[in-house]
Amino acid sequence: MAEHLLEVRDLSVEFHTLAGTVKAVQNVSWYLDRGETLAILGESGSGKSVSASAIMNLIDMPPGKITSGTILFNGRDMLKMTPEERRAINGAKIAMIFQDPLAHLNPVYPVGWQIAEMMTTHGKPGAESSARALELLKRVGIPEPEAAMRKYPFQFSGGQRQRLMIAMAIACKPDILIADEPTTALDVTVQAQVLALLEELQRETGMGLLLITHDLGVVAEIANRVVVMNSGHIVETGNAAEVYRNPQHAYTKKLIDAAPGKGDIPAERERQGEPLLKAVGLKKRYGSFHALKGVEFSIMPGETVAVVGESGSGKSTLARAIVRLDDPQEGQVLYRGNDLLAMSPREVFGLRRDLQMVFQDPTQSLNPRMSVFRLISEAWVIHPDILPKAKWKERVAELLVKVGLKPDMADRYPHQFSGGQRQRIAIARALAMEPKLIVCDEAVSALDVSIQAQVIALLDGLRREFGLSYLFIAHDLPVVRDFADRVIVMKAGEIVEEGTVRQIFDAPRHPYTQALLAASLDPDPEVQAARRSACHSNKGLVSA
Amino acid sequence: MKSFIGKRAIASGVSLVVLIVIVFFLSRLTGDPTNLYLPIDATQEMRDQFRQMHGFNDPLIVQFGRYVMDLVQGNFGNSLRQARPAMDVVLEAFTWTLWLAVITMVLVTIAAIVIGSLAAFRVGGVFDRIATFFSLIGAAAPDFWVAIVAIVIFAVNLHVLPTSGTGSVWHWVLPVGVLFIRPFGLILQVVRGSMISVLSSAYVKTARAKGVQSRSIIFVHGLRNAMLPVITVIGDQAAAILNGAVVVETVFGFPGIGKLMIDSILLRDFAVVLAVIMVSALAIFIMNLLIDLAYALLDPRIRY
Repeated sequence: MAEHLLEVRDLSVEFHTLAGTVKAVQNVSWYLDRGETLAILGESGSGKSVSASAIMNLIDMPPGKITSGTILFNGRDMLKMTPEERRAINGAKIAMIFQDPLAHLNPVYPVGWQIAEMMTTHGKPGAESSARALELLKRVGIPEPEAAMRKYPFQFSGGQRQRLMIAMAIACKPDILIADEPTTALDVTVQAQVLALLEELQRETGMGLLLITHDLGVVAEIANRVVVMNSGHIVETGNAAEVYRNPQHAYTKKLIDAAPGKGDIPAERERQGEPLLKAVGLKKRYGSFHALKGVEFSIMPGETVAVVGESGSGKSTLARAIVRLDDPQEGQVLYRGNDLLAMSPREVFGLRRDLQMVFQDPTQSLNPRMSVFRLISEAWVIHPDILPKAKWKERVAELLVKVGLKPDMADRYPHQFSGGQRQRIAIARALAMEPKLIVCDEAVSALDVSIQAQVIALLDGLRREFGLSYLFIAHDLPVVRDFADRVIVMKAGEIVEEGTVRQIFDAPRHPYTQALLAASLDPDPEVQAARRSACHSNKGLVSA
Repeated sequence: MKSFIGKRAIASGVSLVVLIVIVFFLSRLTGDPTNLYLPIDATQEMRDQFRQMHGFNDPLIVQFGRYVMDLVQGNFGNSLRQARPAMDVVLEAFTWTLWLAVITMVLVTIAAIVIGSLAAFRVGGVFDRIATFFSLIGAAAPDFWVAIVAIVIFAVNLHVLPTSGTGSVWHWVLPVGVLFIRPFGLILQVVRGSMISVLSSAYVKTARAKGVQSRSIIFVHGLRNAMLPVITVIGDQAAAILNGAVVVETVFGFPGIGKLMIDSILLRDFAVVLAVIMVSALAIFIMNLLIDLAYALLDPRIRY
């Protein structure tokens, strides 16, 4: 048997918790060779990160326990090494970067010091380490590298922070780089840049790249081979393009089917009659920062309008302004012709039930001390005219069924549900008001792909059943393509382009829209490869 | 930074003025000190003369006006008891207390940080359990009781340490030791808790992935982040000692500001009481500034 650079054989890891033993991964085997990119693909809870944690000796034992297996690095079993030997490998031979670079960089030390520490830890003299840290900052494209050495993590943007993490990880020229969801928290254009940087560095150094991700698009863009994991088991493994084209396992098929942004764009509906909601000249400043610079758009009854844009574009400020969570300084929000912003609090109260909001993180937006019944029926406590108290129980049960949950779940509390289920509860809560318009602020962004597809299908069904309108705030373009009628593209507080889904996706006019679409990753490796070669031929498009 | 200190100074100055007014009038309400200072068989003439000399015959408001006028000229009045400027008496006592506070808090800080950090590294381990056990006892122990028991054991029975007073290094051991116990218990708990949450943070995971040694993870990556909540508590505890460790200073006959304060109140030595309050207030003000500076020094996010 040929020797691999890194090979995981028959690895099983358990975690002992109060609720019992959780088998995080069972009999997992895979290998990684020099110069190749292996992706471990899976949804949350699939155990996709566990083998990487075992490699880096990051599993806390207890509660964790490695019950079987070997991890061979250059032919030696890492699990039989002393802690001292493991530490000599960590960072020097195998380095790792993580999903949230702000949390993973020490907030109180300058980044130059943190990068240099990687080298001093592994025996390089201080002065030499600092010089190399500066070199690395230049290499990963941090502007003004000399000044950046003395800056702190919070003074950089999200994309720059991930570049800093990468600079730190490659400082000792490791044989293997493990990247755990490296681009999940980043905007699409920044994601494209970071993935391109990883590929370049890999070509330069010939290191093996292990990429842990939930995103088929990332796999398509960068991976040679893919390992698909589901609830602690490997369900399928093989060449990335082949697995996409010809998935063997039912779970892989389901995952690929759930990926948004495929198939035909639904037929356009005619816009006629009076708009349900119309925003005119909305302006919002926070100090000297202009979050909204005169935004105008309208939503027809039964229509879904998506707002897309990167972080800082003002899309969330817009959502909050529409439901008057945050009053803009100038402009009008006309709901059926009446200006919401000019209304007295009493008048707004009457309209509140027509305008509801579903937030990004249901864990934070649902009160953890209230049962599902109370969370949903609270709507009727505040607006008693909707429903007499005698019917509350019945109606909560109905709503739960409507969003795909069970009536007997009404007595449970939010923490007893999964993320997707919690978002369904948040939707049921919004529906209890019998609204006309629901503002969804990144409502499906935090959900796994298959759950995301279910929630989108749910929202779509409710639209057809009740004639609801949605203002759908998102950064994920494929989801928008599947779900929306119209798309508004925002950048720096302004609408740069507006049109139907077909207009925006098939014939984008504004360069920013084009850049967004170009950076958005397609789940099909062949499509991605074709785009990449096209992109290389007219470089500069994505360098935002 | 300058404007920040300025604002703080104004706010503290205002509260100090209010405090002086309240204490001035409240203390005079306790009665005339004449009876406490003159012998029981003093004649009415002598009493009148004493009152006349110290201005106790004038209406309160006139006495207050005179006090403020003197204050503006930097005169804090004279101590009735010691017949010399009140501020001299207070500064002398304050120097003793300052040393007591500094020595105690330096020892407490070092011990609590080292032991608390090590306890946090293996939560639930033997070391953690022992440290937690003693720190909880320390935080709960009443100092008057500990002080008396310490005198009984070390001075009365073992004869290894003096019971009270000053004069040698050995006189410091019992007061410092007794004052050490409660802040040590409290701060150790805060260090431990803060360190536990820091050690489970993402950046500590990064440090482990870098191969950084455990010692550096605790004392380089962890400690500086864990210190922020700890500093506040250190400041509180130091302020408590500076403000007068009344019980401990009295039990050990230690000539500090706490003992001076209680003696002056009992003997209606008004000028000294007011001077003690002013000096303590200034000390607390400087203390809080130092804490804020320490915050900014430790956490760049506050600095910028």
